[in-house]
Amino acid sequence: MLKFPLHKSSIFIRYMASALNPVETSIIKKLTETFNPVYLDVVNESFKHNVPKGSETHFKVVVVSDKFSGKRLIDRHRDVNNILSKELEGSVHALSIQAKTPDQWEKSGQTIANTPPCLGGSKK
Amino acid sequence: MNSSRLIVFRLNPLYQQSYRILARRLTTRNLESLKIENQSYFPRKNCYRLLSVYTPLFSQNEQTNSMPISERIEKMVKNKKIVIFMKGVPDQPMCGFSNAVVQVLRMHGVEDYDSHNVLEDEELRQGIKDFSDWPTIPQVYFEGDFIGGCDILLQMHQSGDLVDELEKLGIKSALVK
Repeated sequence: MLKFPLHKSSIFIRYMASALNPVETSIIKKLTETFNPVYLDVVNESFKHNVPKGSETHFKVVVVSDKFSGKRLIDRHRDVNNILSKELEGSVHALSIQAKTPDQWEKSGQTIANTPPCLGGSKK
Repeated sequence: MNSSRLIVFRLNPLYQQSYRILARRLTTRNLESLKIENQSYFPRKNCYRLLSVYTPLFSQNEQTNSMPISERIEKMVKNKKIVIFMKGVPDQPMCGFSNAVVQVLRMHGVEDYDSHNVLEDEELRQGIKDFSDWPTIPQVYFEGDFIGGCDILLQMHQSGDLVDELEKLGIKSALVK
């Protein structure tokens, strides 16, 4: 049983606020267009790291789509990386990806592991 | 000792940590012979520490530094069982994702691997991203093959694939009885 794709409504709200978080909006748009996901979550986790407020440098992305079936983990991640290559050349330098097929998503109980805590980065 | 050069650092003693970090950084540069002398000097008002480092001239580093970065990286990963490119060093990672990789390997009892600190070397930091065609750090290589980053390693660990991969390398995971 698949849940209602909540991301569509959240995209509407995010487009309204696209001036404030352009990178996040662009990530959501690109992933939705390419993978047509059953579930999508894009979280800006820059606040957890040693960067200025309002940065868009660290993102966590959860994509659940049947386009991933039959692909190895690394190929799925490479696909996501290629779609977001422009953002990754820009401000984003950390991208945590969870790429699952709908079956795997159901089996895992639709939960994600927590991001490891920041340890300072290149600034001491 | 053969011809050597002396580098002297003066460190504020308030920053005790910086002495340890500096010593660790110098040793991770694979300098062939390294002698660190630590002397404290107390003039009237200020007190500071002298850290003198003797390094050999024309060390291996200087020869490899003239190679293009892709060749250097090729040399780093070729014929090595496990190589990781991370921020910081295994004793002191400077990034939560790099730390996760170190901890996962540690859980499997794997402590003997090559690790390269990209924060120390800007050329390496960009070079490894081009070499692997992978935009983020940390990066894990098993026998010259790129495996993935933190997410992939964690998922391999959770699914049990990591134990199998280590076995292929001839390493018995500590989590296997």
